[in-house]
Amino acid sequence: MLKYIIPLLLFIILAVFLGLGLNLNPKDIPSPFINKPAPEFSAPKLNAPEQSLSPADLKGQVWLFNVWASWCVSCRAEHPVLNQFAKQYAVVIVGLNYKDEPDDAKNWLKTLGNPYTDSIMDQDGRIGIDYGVYGVPETFVIDKKGLIRYKHTGPVSADDVQKTFLPLIAKLEAES
Amino acid sequence: MKPLILLFLLTFTISSHAVDSRQLSDPKQQESYETLTKELRCLVCQNQTIADSNAELASDLRRQVYEMLQQGKSEQEIIRFMTDRYGDFVLYKPPFEGKTSLLWIAPGLFLFMGLTTVFLVIRRKKASAQAQVDNFDLSSEKQKKIRSLLEKGELS
Repeated sequence: MLKYIIPLLLFIILAVFLGLGLNLNPKDIPSPFINKPAPEFSAPKLNAPEQSLSPADLKGQVWLFNVWASWCVSCRAEHPVLNQFAKQYAVVIVGLNYKDEPDDAKNWLKTLGNPYTDSIMDQDGRIGIDYGVYGVPETFVIDKKGLIRYKHTGPVSADDVQKTFLPLIAKLEAES
Repeated sequence: MKPLILLFLLTFTISSHAVDSRQLSDPKQQESYETLTKELRCLVCQNQTIADSNAELASDLRRQVYEMLQQGKSEQEIIRFMTDRYGDFVLYKPPFEGKTSLLWIAPGLFLFMGLTTVFLVIRRKKASAQAQVDNFDLSSEKQKKIRSLLEKGELS
């Protein structure tokens, strides 16, 4: 009897582990930034390069920091969601135009719409490194004190907005 | 033939290098550069080191390592810089701690389990073979019959 039970048990254990492995997303890497201050930067704005923006300018409000690029295919899928999000709810979305050509980026916003309060340029990807960016698009939620509270990797879907972003933003807005 | 096949296969094991190779003036720093870029994971391609990968991010991270070495930063400081931003996942050699202990122990554990199984199976087989030999106790009558059968077989 044992002869049959042991292989069966081993098979079940293996199947459970493989099953779990199949359902894990290898692109979902736990971010070490949660509850840490948003890394400082001072970067030129895409639409007004003579002006710069830094996280300190946004203290006291809840804002989203969305990493995007005109070369990024998933960003194209995400864009209508962000447009809708920005239009429907008064939410501050700052864009990090990551490793992009300013002209391409401007064109992209012109044709697809601009959900961003401001976009800043990171042509050589240094701000990206400071934020641990590895897969564009990525979206950070930053609270009033300037702490990163949530990170979303990959395109934001309408479902994510309803189920994750809106409740979180409401919660963070309620904080002093 | 075999040596020829081996030689043929070996010709393909030329080590791959990323396109941009940087040179540091200090050979010790150069060594650090080589080891660090081989220990850091390219997070876009996931199963390549940043030394091997041609992904944009890998090249940016190589630049970062290079610049930090030029500034005289130590290997630990650079590893710290990377894990602060990308987490332990950026390291090919994750640190040994609570949640990674299984990762480190599992291979040894599996080897131990495998060896124990092999040992037990061999021992059981040996015991049963021995038992068969011991039980092989034929009466002299039967032995005679066998012998006669064998001899007949030889004659025919």
